Amino acid sequence: MIWSNEFALEILPVLLRGLWVTVQLTLLGFLISLVVGLVVAVVRFAKIPVLSQLCTLYVLFMRGTPLLVQAYFAFYVLPAYGVTLSSFATGVVVIGLNYSAYTAEVYRSGIEGVATGQWEAATALSLPPRSTWNRVVLPQAVRSVIPVLGNYLIQMFKDSAVLSAIGVIDLMRAANTLGSSSFRYLEPFTLAGLLFLIISYTASIGVKRLEHRYAPAH
Amino acid sequence: MSVVIEYAPLLGRGLLTTLLITMLGIALTLVVAFAAGLARLSRFWLLRAPAYVFIEVFRGTSMIVQLFWFFYALPFLGIEFTPIAAAVLVLGLNEGAYAAEVVRGAIVTRPTGQTEACIALGLSPAQRMRRVLLPQAIPAMLPPFGNVFVDLLKATSLVSLVTIVDLTFTAQSIRNETGETTAIFTVILVMYFILAMALSLLTRWLEGRFAIDRSGRPALTKPVIGGQGAIPA
Repeated sequence: MIWSNEFALEILPVLLRGLWVTVQLTLLGFLISLVVGLVVAVVRFAKIPVLSQLCTLYVLFMRGTPLLVQAYFAFYVLPAYGVTLSSFATGVVVIGLNYSAYTAEVYRSGIEGVATGQWEAATALSLPPRSTWNRVVLPQAVRSVIPVLGNYLIQMFKDSAVLSAIGVIDLMRAANTLGSSSFRYLEPFTLAGLLFLIISYTASIGVKRLEHRYAPAH
Repeated sequence: MSVVIEYAPLLGRGLLTTLLITMLGIALTLVVAFAAGLARLSRFWLLRAPAYVFIEVFRGTSMIVQLFWFFYALPFLGIEFTPIAAAVLVLGLNEGAYAAEVVRGAIVTRPTGQTEACIALGLSPAQRMRRVLLPQAIPAMLPPFGNVFVDLLKATSLVSLVTIVDLTFTAQSIRNETGETTAIFTVILVMYFILAMALSLLTRWLEGRFAIDRSGRPALTKPVIGGQGAIPA
């Protein structure tokens, strides 16, 4: 039994529908990771006692444990405490929080890259801390890390396939279901792989352009 | 918690499988990384092009898709592996593709003066790589390698989806059997966390061990190639 174009064409619409779910999952999760990561990074940088240490532990733990096990934990353990979310919502939250640990590190490098003169100028102008962060530090810090964040978005897009294990009907799940119902795995998984490759390869070329555009101006 | 104690031997066996797959995966990752990373730098496009395609394909698709592809799709083409072999192969090829970029990056970022000095001394390209560039590049590779190894350890949890009885699979089957979730999943999360920390401490130790300059003084007090006759005239 080898490759059949007919079968491949037949299953393509189903896979594309799965791909659309994967894209939604990725974008929503990325939104969470952008927000949570920023909060974690600022809290860590501000060196608030206890809270900063907790954020450091959060980053270490999220980066030190597998996404799959985190997803299982959220999916099986949370309902026992009265929190019932759909597998899609669970998936979005889990991957969002998982990647927030990575984006927090990215923001941190951005914040550390802001020249000390900028902080000093803000102090000299007696800007309140809120304005110092919002108007001076973060605009420069975030701008410089946009390409790195773009790379994490691509990584997240690929990693989101793991969430098929908790029942999200994404591209991976669609391929798996098609395979097990037809007993033909070659076409669904090859096509799924190709779809992932096409999108992430194109996106990585886009990120390279961003790197060019957001290169620090000296 | 009593469930965890009762099932401790089972979890222990799962942990051993996870460790075994991680170690074999790391070994294969290193081989793949140097092979593909050096091939990317070759003068011959016949080596460069396949290495580029390999790296982009394995970095461009999800590891879970690759795993299922090797496990379910490849047998249709008449190639079949044992589950463990398929798992180690996918982990090694996938993380190896990432690590190959680390190898390439560490070599190309050496100062150009090093290459120029080698040319001035009449070293062959192979000597230049082996005696000068690689010894300097390897310490630079260690920190990113540490990240790749931790990623690999975490990725081993995916093999539970293709019937391999690792730590995650064991936790799932204990959950099915006892209905206990919180204790089991908390325990394995902590186990993975400890393993990841240990792995990054190990690479940190290696970094210190292989640092070019451990004392803060200039690194090369002795010539790299000592003695006469080391360089064929």
